[in-house]
Order: sequence, then C-alpha cells, then structure tokens
Amino acid sequence: MNKKKITQNALFLPLVCVLLVLAVNVVYDISQGNPFYDFFRITMQTSASGDKLLAGRLVTILNRGSEVAILAIGMTLVVSASAGTDISVGSVMSLCASFCCMLIAGFGVSSVDDVAIPRLILGLIGALVMGCICGAFNGTLVAYLNIQPMVATLILWSAARAIGLLLCNNLIVYVRDEAYGIFGGYIGFIPTPIIIAAICIAVVTLVLKKTAMGMYVQSVGINKKASRIAGLNSKRIIFICYLICGLCAGIAGIVASSRITSADSNNIGNNFELDAILAVALGGNSLGGGKFNLAGSVIGAYTIQAITTTMYNLGVSSAVTPVFKAIIVIVIVAIQAPPVKAWFHKLAASKSSGKEAARA
Amino acid sequence: MKPKNALKERRQINGNTLLLLITIVLFVLLYAGGCIAYGSKGFTNLQTFLNILISNAGLICVACGMTCVMLTGGIDISVGSLVALDCMLLAYGMGSWHLSAPVMCLIVLVVGVVFGLVQGFCVGYLEIQPFIVSMAGMFFARGMTAVISTDQLSITQDTNATFYGWANWRLNLPFGGVPNRKGIMIMPYIRVGVIIALLVLVVIFLILRYTKFGRSLYAVGGSEQSAAMMGLDVKKTKMKAYVLCSFLCSIGGICYCLNTQAASVSQATGLEMSAIASSVIGGTLLTGGVGNVIGSLFGVLINGTISSIVQFNGKLASSWPNILTAALLCFFIVLQSVFAFLKEKKK
Amino acid sequence: MENNIVLTMRGICMTFPGVKALENVDFTLRKGEIHALMGENGAGKSTLIKCLTGINDFEAGEIHVDGVEGPVKNHSTLDAQKVGISTVYQEVNLCPNLSVAENLFIGREPMTPFHTIDRKAMIRKADELVKRLDIKVDVTQNLENYSLAIQQMIAIARASDMDCKVLILDEPTSSLDDSEVEKLFRVMNQLKAEGVGIVFVTHFLEQVYAVCDRITVLRNGTLVGEYPIADLPRVKLVAAMMGKDFDDLASIKPEGFEAKKDAPMEIEARGLSHKGTIKPFDLDIKKGEVIGLTGLLGSGRSELARAIYGADKAQTGTLKVGGKEAKINQPLDAMNLGMGLLPDDRKAEGIIGDLSVRENIILAMQAKRGMFRQLSRAKQEEIADEYIKLLQIKTASRETPIKQLSGGNQQKAILGRWLATDPDFLILDEPTRGIDIGTKTEIQKLIIQLSQQGKSIMFISSEIEEMLRTCSRMAVLRDGAKVGELDGELTQERVMAAIAGGSDHE
Repeated sequence: MNKKKITQNALFLPLVCVLLVLAVNVVYDISQGNPFYDFFRITMQTSASGDKLLAGRLVTILNRGSEVAILAIGMTLVVSASAGTDISVGSVMSLCASFCCMLIAGFGVSSVDDVAIPRLILGLIGALVMGCICGAFNGTLVAYLNIQPMVATLILWSAARAIGLLLCNNLIVYVRDEAYGIFGGYIGFIPTPIIIAAICIAVVTLVLKKTAMGMYVQSVGINKKASRIAGLNSKRIIFICYLICGLCAGIAGIVASSRITSADSNNIGNNFELDAILAVALGGNSLGGGKFNLAGSVIGAYTIQAITTTMYNLGVSSAVTPVFKAIIVIVIVAIQAPPVKAWFHKLAASKSSGKEAARA
Repeated sequence: MKPKNALKERRQINGNTLLLLITIVLFVLLYAGGCIAYGSKGFTNLQTFLNILISNAGLICVACGMTCVMLTGGIDISVGSLVALDCMLLAYGMGSWHLSAPVMCLIVLVVGVVFGLVQGFCVGYLEIQPFIVSMAGMFFARGMTAVISTDQLSITQDTNATFYGWANWRLNLPFGGVPNRKGIMIMPYIRVGVIIALLVLVVIFLILRYTKFGRSLYAVGGSEQSAAMMGLDVKKTKMKAYVLCSFLCSIGGICYCLNTQAASVSQATGLEMSAIASSVIGGTLLTGGVGNVIGSLFGVLINGTISSIVQFNGKLASSWPNILTAALLCFFIVLQSVFAFLKEKKK
Repeated sequence: MENNIVLTMRGICMTFPGVKALENVDFTLRKGEIHALMGENGAGKSTLIKCLTGINDFEAGEIHVDGVEGPVKNHSTLDAQKVGISTVYQEVNLCPNLSVAENLFIGREPMTPFHTIDRKAMIRKADELVKRLDIKVDVTQNLENYSLAIQQMIAIARASDMDCKVLILDEPTSSLDDSEVEKLFRVMNQLKAEGVGIVFVTHFLEQVYAVCDRITVLRNGTLVGEYPIADLPRVKLVAAMMGKDFDDLASIKPEGFEAKKDAPMEIEARGLSHKGTIKPFDLDIKKGEVIGLTGLLGSGRSELARAIYGADKAQTGTLKVGGKEAKINQPLDAMNLGMGLLPDDRKAEGIIGDLSVRENIILAMQAKRGMFRQLSRAKQEEIADEYIKLLQIKTASRETPIKQLSGGNQQKAILGRWLATDPDFLILDEPTRGIDIGTKTEIQKLIIQLSQQGKSIMFISSEIEEMLRTCSRMAVLRDGAKVGELDGELTQERVMAAIAGGSDHE
C-alpha cells in the first residue's frame, strides 16, 4: 500500500529521472577514476578578468538549464489549459533575441560595442513585448478560432525564426556591451540566468498561490464545458496561458542572446520546443491537459539539462542528443497512453487474480 | 431548420471546392505576376516553370505523403528530418560503404517503411497524439543523421558514377525551345526526379480514388467513430497512412538527393513546413477527410513560384519564402476555420 | 416461436456497478411491424438496445433471432450486423465528407477484377437502392450537402441493404423538423412493407401514434408491459412511463407554502429562443416562487432553462432580471445577476473531475469574485466544510478528487457550489436524478427553505411527484415549445394530461 502511494506522488517521475541521471554520472566518474562526488563539487574559480565565480557541474546544469526552465513554466500552463503544446517557443525565443539586438544596435548594424542604458532598456522591453505579441497570436488562433494548438503554433514555429533573420537584415548582430552581457553572465559570483529563472519561478508560483489562476487553468483544462457553466471564461483563460508562454519565450530569448552577446537567429532556441515539452512530460504532467504541477516541470527542465550535460561529458556529440531525448519523450508519452495503461491494468489484474488463485 | 428540397440542395457551392479554386487562382496570379515583373529576366521561359518542378520534385513526393496522413486527421512533422536522413544515408552509403546506387535506394526505402511503422504504431495503436509522435520522430531522424556523419558530404562522379549519372540525366522536351545568345535553340528539359514525382502523384491519386485503402483514409478522417461503426479497421488504416507517408518521404528523399547531390545534418530543414503548407494550401483540411494530391501539387507549385520570384528579384532576403509560406498557411488555416464555423452555423 | 416473430429477448438482466439497469426484461418483435420502445430517462431503453447490438454484455437471459440457430450473443455491432440486426442512431454514423454512394457501400464496395473500386457499379447500385426507398438524392454528391433527415435515411438505407431483419432506430427524429419526419416515416413504412421489423425509440408521443403498431414500455429497468397501439391512449402511456396510476393521486404539498401574490418579479422573459432547441417563449417568475418545468425528456425543459441562463445564448427576445433589462452573453453574466444553474448532465457540465471537493464547491463563488481576488485558503476550507456539513456530503476529506465520490454526493457538491454564491434565482435541472430517496427529500426540503428565504427556484424533474411536492406553479413544454402553464391546485392528473397534450389538454 505504501509503495503504491510513493509511485502515485506527483513528483515521483521527475525525481526518479533526476536520480537516474545522477547515478549515471556517479558511475561514470568512478569508472574514470574520479571521486564519486565529483559531480556535486561546487568550487570558486577565478575567471580571466580576475573575478571569483561559481563553477562545477551542478552549477553548469542550473545555469544552462535556465532557458528551458523558463520555457517550461509557460508550456506547463499551455498544456494544462488547452491539452496541446506550443511548438513555437524555440522560434519565438530566437525572434525576441533578434528583435532585442536589432533595437539595441539599430537596423542593419551588425555590431555595437557601447550601448546607452535607455537603448538597452528599450531593447529588453521590445523583446518582452514581441514575446507577448507572438503569444497573443497563438492564443487568438487556439482560443478564439478553435484551431488545434499544435497546428496554430506551427505557423510561428516556421515563420518566427525567418522574421528574426529579416529584422537583423540576415546578419548576426553582436551587442558587445557589458551591461547586456550581464543577463547571460554573472551578478557577483552567481550566474545571472539562475537568478532570472529563480525570479520567474518565484513570480509564477506567487501568482498561482495568491490568485485563483491555478484553479482556473486546471478547471478549464479538465472540463471546459463545466467551467463555462460555473462562470469561467474558458477562451480568455486559454488565451492568457498562451500569452504567458510567449512572454516566457521572450525572457528566455534575452537570456540566450545575452549569453553569446549576439542574436544568432539560426541557433538561438534551436530544438528548445522539444526540451520544453519534454520538461513538462518529465515533470509528471499529462500532455492531455488538466492538473499540472509546476515544480515537476521545473525539475524536469533541469533534468533535461542534466541529461544534455551528462551526454556532453560522455563525449556524445550535441547533434546526437536529440535522438535520446526523442526516445525518452516517446517512452514517457507511451506509458501515459490509454491503451498502454489499460494493458498494465489488465496485467496487474491477472497477476493479482493469479495470486488469489494460488492462495486458494 | 428549413425544409429543403433534396434536389435543389446539390447545387450548393461546396466550400472545399472553393478552397481548391482559390489555390489555383492564386497560383495563376502569382505566376502571372512573376511573368510581368521578371519577364525580361526569362521568367516567361518554359524552363523556369520546369525548374520549379525540378527543384521541388522531392517536395511533391513528400507533400503526397503528408496529404495521405492529413486526410486521416493526423500530421507528420518528421518528414524534413527523414529526407535529411535519407540523403545522408545515400551519400554516406555510396561514399564510405561503396554500395551500389540501387542497393542504397532500396535501403533508404526500407528505412522509410520501418520509420513509418514505428510512428504509425504509436499513433494508431497506442493512440498518442500524432504531433508528439512525429516531433519525436523529427528529432530522432535528425539526430540519426548526425550519428552517421556531421560532415558536409557531396556525391560526385567519383563517389558513385551510377547515381551521378541519374542525377545529371536530362530529358529534353521537343517543344518550347528558346534561342540562346548564339542563336542555338536550347530545348527545355526535365530531370529524372520530376518523372518519379509525377509518377508518384498519379499513383497516389489513383490509390486515393480507386482503392479501399484510399477511401478508408477519407472515411477515418471524416469520422473515426462512423468509420469504425461501418466496419473499417481504424487503427490499421492510420498506421498504413504513416507507413505510406514515410515511404513516400524516402522516395522524396531520393529525388531531393538527386537534385542536390549533397547531404548534411541541416539539410531539408523546414521541408515539413513546406509540405504541410502545400497540402493545406491545396485544400486539405487539417481536421481530415477532405483534400487530394492534385491540390497539393498546386500547393507545391505556389511554394516554388514564391521561391522563384524571390530568386529572380535577387535583392530580397532568403528568409522571405519561409515567411510568405507561413503567412499563406496562416491565411488558409484561418479560412478553413471560418468555413467550418459557417458550416456549423448553417446546421 | 411463432413464425412471424423475428426477434425475442427473454429475461434480460444487466447490472452496472451498484445499479440494476435491466431486470428480467422481455421484448418481442414481429416481422413487418414498427414497435415503439418507450420509457423515461434511466428506464433502460438504451441499455436494452446496447445488449441487443453487442455494446453491453448482459448477464442473464436469451436472445433469439429468426433464422439463426440457438441463442445469439453479440460482442460488437459488427457481430449484430452479421445476424441481421442493424442500428441507426440519432447521431448519424456516416462520413459526411464522402459521397452518398460511398457511404452506402464503404467496406463492401463492388470491385473490378484489378482490385480497384468499381465506381460505376457502386453508383448504379446506390442509385437503385435509394430509388427503391424513394429517397430523392444524387448519389454522387457528398453526404454533407444533404439535410440531416436525408442523412438519416441514407443511414437507414445502408442498414436495410445489409440483409437486415431487425432495424433499430434510436431517436432518429430528435433533430428533424415535421416535414423531414414525414419523409422518414415514408421510408420506415416502405421497409415495414418489405417485412423488416423496426424498433423505434423516441420520446415524441405524436410520432409513436403516427407510425407505430405496438408499444413496449420500460420503467426503472423493468418491463411495464407490451401493448397494441389501440389499447394505450396517450394519457395511459404517460402514466405507464411515469409509473403512476390514476388512483394514486394524493397531494402531499406541505402546508402554508404558497408564493405571495404581490411579490415582485424576479425574471421576465419575452420571446426568448435558441435556434433548433427551444422555440420563443414568455415566462414570468416571482421572487420566492418555485416554478416547475415539466414535459417529457427532449421537450425543451433543459433548453428553456439554458436559454435564460445564457448557457446556450438566447438569439431572440428580451429578458428582465429583477425588473431591469439584462443582457446575458455567457453564464458569468447570468451569475453576476444572481443566477445559478445546476446542469442535468453532471459529468459533462457539472463536476471538474480531477479537482477536489473543496475546489469544486468554491469554483463558482471564486469565478464571481474574479481571478485576482482569491478566497483565502482558510475561507475556502470554511465554505467547503460548511456545505459538506449542510448537505451531508459523504467524502473521505474535502481534498478528495470529486470524481471519486458517488453520483449523489457529486450532485450535492455541485448544489453546494451554487448555494455558496447565494443566488437569487437558482435553476435546478434534474437535481435528484440517481440519488437515494432520503437525499431526494432533503433536496426537496432545501428547495422549499430557499424559496421561503425569498429566492426563486426553477425546478426541472422527470418525476412529477416531487414537482408536485415543491412547485407552486408549472410550465408545460412539448416538442421544443412552451405550451402552457398550470397554477392553482396542481394534481398529477392535470400535469399528465398537459404533458400528453392532444384533445384533453387543460
């Protein structure tokens, strides 16, 4: 009975995945002759410019996983409310990054070194607004025109990156400015992306706690008709979820572009939609909508980064990692699929009846 | 509801036919626009049109497959990656394993069928959303391409003379020639890929119209529940659709490779988008049940014409075709949604 | 077995978890007759048909079909088709995107020697088939181009062409208008003349009397009886369905319960309608009044309520709430005017299954407050506990997902949801369905209590008795229209007569 309770806990799946990844790392470290705690070691390293910075594999995972974690927040809401995924997040990230850098550098300028602060702020706000616009576009198609979520987001999935390229006049725009670099760099000795992700998670958690939004979203996701009768505006709620998802993509875009102090339309946010969806699924959330668990998604996001980092350590090329991620997605989704569930139930039933027969 | 005379009703304008009509008119307008704007640069030559066919032969095959899947109400976004995988297999197989061209083509086709079987099983029998399945398929295929090689490979005379020969074979048409600067008549030509693609188009058209399997695709897309009630095996039909799609993708991959004679990890990115756009623009409903490959052909042609115009212009950024295609797709999706709404309201 | 009998069902029993759905039901169908299967909701009509067509497995009893050796037990609709039992449902189970001919022949198309479909032969055969049944269609056109009635007839044609001995028509007329029903009846009569036995399930009384030869009535999963049509006039049929004999007419309305004559108006509806479900109606409801909506299932009871509440936005007419002109576009507007609706389909429109009892109870109250003014957790728990206690909801805890509760307790939770919003006008659509007697009485008492507090209640129920207990006035609906109102001394006899309609109305 107790065993059953553990497996039914919402955080069971994500935590098991985390442990699995950690185990792989520990085994690998031992096999390489490193101490088994090598993975968990956090050190202070002195950078080229003489600053003391946090380092270590855990820090790297937390740092690099920030974008996916931010995206996972929005994706969780979208999945919960509309039973569909927003596959445009990666492209929208890229578009927002391009728009941000374009606003900072000016159209057609390929590189700027020093940026006035107001200009910088303009760029950042621009990126966030662009994210919201994309989210609103998706939301309108899904909520008000009743188009299947994935088909609706397919449009921006393909177009956003191209629009970004257009905004940058087909150039990679470099913003080599210290102030801009900070979003992907360090504040003090802590990597800024970690802080930004933490703030995003905190804000959303607070909103979910202090307003009825969490209940609204789940209610609409579980039973749209009943929610309507009970006075919820189902369409508006779905729209808002997509809006937030777009905003999250905007934030993630800024972080990603600040990391490389440029807007590389072709590479920013590449394949991130898969990571974000995988994070939601790994977090123990059903892709069929309904109840959601934000903590699970966030843990899922960092797990994915841990997988990526681990594979990198194992010497697997970054181009190959999608193969493993794709397999993980299919396995997780297949376990949740109704026919497979029914099959498991049948198996369990025949097993228990077999036991009873044996007893008798 | 008003009582209506049954005989009168059949003269209604059918929204779906209207969609196809809009597409054809759009193509004619686009092409005419290109002719007017760039006539002096040779847009009016027959060869310009044939070049659209030549460079989009692979896309025609892929779009046919996509149409079959979309008829069942599903979608397959793995096609672009699968084409990349096919190209890479061909290039690497002939270059490094030194296998002959026919054997490699056969291997590619088998890979396509197996890939389709797995995807089809997940969609049909495990009832997982097609989008999720094919997205995983997309990343899987792209990743496998990288597993084979992350290099930029090209197929030359040295790699495989047979394949190179196929790729450079041309069939001159007996009409429509244009004299070049020296006054010699240059006859327009097509390549082997075009012949394959048109053959595929005709075969799929016939399958969809005249076989039980073809009609089951429509029935399943029209109403899964009804199809099951009428005794059709819905799961199997869906699986077959995905197998067919991946198989056609592999044929498309071969055509694609014949055209580019190269392979790389980033090849054919966005091809799934073009294929979906072609089908949708060609009048295939995203909800399934309506559409045919003739429409998809026009969808591909519109796609190709846009690229051609951007090419002839020479000044427009290379991302324009992508944006325009997406905009067209958006337009047609919204149009479909509006038609569906009107139909609902009429009831 | 008499030689003109095509189908006999004997002693069919079937239980759903906790409920006896069918108990010892017999049914006999003869060659060339149209046999009506009647009963109110939950009487077991559809369960019986599902047993016959193989969708449900029955536990006891036997089915015999003419020309088939031994008892028949179907496991799927395909099995049923093989022994000659075909079904046409209310929802047309055809593919609207295919042509009429294809819909007639899909899965059994005529083939050419090359294993391709012989389209010409298919069209020719289809044409013959529709001509035989006198359906005027062009078989090459898509099915969706035709009206629902024609689609329904195509479905019947398909069923009848597959060597069918028993044709089951499950509420085929619910979405058809009068002239379309006419056409359908012609086809039915044609098939009857060809010797097909037709089981006709409907809730439209007029149609039963227009076309049927025989009636079998079910109630609460048991057989009431089988009658030739001439032996069972309308009023008696209604009585048989409702389970009340005319001798049993004692009024049990509580003393001292009467709406004040001079109370102000709460609801004044003028010409409200929703296309296809409810024809324009006028309705006044006073403060503190309990008005009952009565009529058979499908008569437009729920639809009338939904049009007022904005669940199906009214397309015509005006509505005054509390004397003021009101514009209701969505349920939230109605809620802000102090309305509440407890829908009849608890599962589809009532509960939010995965959410807890607490969340389900406070949902409507929260929706009224808006997203940003969240009720504090302590307040939520207080409200939830209050209603769990007040309505005696049996649940493991207030955090249990509501889908784990029994139907009656789910219903109470939803009722609690609306009581929490403190409504002035509460619509209760079948609030007592599937609930034990004790709880029923509690809910009835609650209704009277609420009305004494000055709240107006609209009460919809299939059980006349409980309406008589609680209502001070009744509106009568038939075939999607409000046909009259009853006030003064309400008796079972009057209500039944009004529901049945015909000459003895009022």
